[in-house]
Amino acid sequence: MTQVSMTVNGKAVSGEVEGRTLLSGFLRDSLNLTGTHVGCDTSQCGACVVHVDGVAVKACTMLAGEAEGTEVTTIEGMANPDGSLSTIQQAFQDHHGLQCGFCTPGMVMSAAALLQDNPNPSETEIREYLEGNICRCTGYHNIVKAIMAAAGQDVSKIAAE
Amino acid sequence: MYAFEFERPTTVEDAVKALASEDAQALGGGQTLIPTLKQRLAAPETLVSLGGIAEMKGVCIGDSGEVCIGGATTHATVSGEAGDYPALAELASHIGDPAVRNRGTIGGSLANNDPSACYPAAALGSNATIITNKRDIAADEYFQGMFTTALEEGEIITEVRFPVPEKANYQKFVQPASRFALVGVFVAKYSDGVRVAVTGASEEGVHRWSEAEEALSADFSADAISGLSVPADGLIGDLHGTPEYRAHLVKVLTGRAVTAAA
Repeated sequence: MTQVSMTVNGKAVSGEVEGRTLLSGFLRDSLNLTGTHVGCDTSQCGACVVHVDGVAVKACTMLAGEAEGTEVTTIEGMANPDGSLSTIQQAFQDHHGLQCGFCTPGMVMSAAALLQDNPNPSETEIREYLEGNICRCTGYHNIVKAIMAAAGQDVSKIAAE
Repeated sequence: MYAFEFERPTTVEDAVKALASEDAQALGGGQTLIPTLKQRLAAPETLVSLGGIAEMKGVCIGDSGEVCIGGATTHATVSGEAGDYPALAELASHIGDPAVRNRGTIGGSLANNDPSACYPAAALGSNATIITNKRDIAADEYFQGMFTTALEEGEIITEVRFPVPEKANYQKFVQPASRFALVGVFVAKYSDGVRVAVTGASEEGVHRWSEAEEALSADFSADAISGLSVPADGLIGDLHGTPEYRAHLVKVLTGRAVTAAA
């Protein structure tokens, strides 16, 4: 067992981990931050996407030990300080960007990473950026629409599907 | 995953020392190795992360204008910072997906030498120099077949140097589930000739298409290869495509790469 320390959602945390402990496991099992979902556990589905030092990574494909000293943001760190939903989260709710919600934490984290790099993405850019996030409910349409809306684009002309 | 010890050295020297222990394995970005460990297809005693070695990260320009990339540099960084070699930056920007590109490294990709990976095509197509903690290896000597390279046990890719061509382009026919290249072709035109490197197609891994190189060195146009044909012998056949289909793609993608580069 080794000790790891990192900052998660602005709070310094540390814990004992095995060499093989994944970041997703550390977040969920040691810190009880179960918003980071483990879907496929084979780095395909993107439900476990978190930010490490400001960039999106798949927490199931990074060892906890590799996150030593980093700043991690999970879905639990996305809401506004007063507890209200962030712009992206609110847009997902407003535009029905989720049904079962399992992929949503990863979708929101990927969307936030995209908008950080590219504040006004086109529909194509959004779809390309989400290629590592799989949703089996929505058909992606309303997720893309929510992200466009979160970027401040007028989505009123886009049909609901 | 089987249990292993995890080490995260901060210098190449310490990483080499850690890798000298029995059944130690280097970990680049882990985007292939961690899934491999989960499937229990590898069982190292010790995993030595190269991610904490600052001297192995970043992109710079060498004395003769070549683009030098640290072995632990992520695809995302190459995509953003290797603009002096646009075809290389473009290639890096289409590996895997964004989250994979934020972790996966050039050194890890080249050390693994997956037969369908993108970077081997760029390295071979540019005759890049693979620099390790021990020596410099020309790409022509480095790639030795599927998942096989000139690297010895415990040898670490510290840097990769790409001579910048006059023109270059990479065309990838994406296998839609894996995002790997079903076939990918990297074409680079240098003052002393054209190089064509093919990934995804051969059971021998990344390789050069020498007939196309000769034809394109004489005439850098898609028409120059119209009379050539790629034999299907030795090409990969699987549920995604037959050897004949891959042979066809090699020629089509080479033509597209030449047109896009010209």
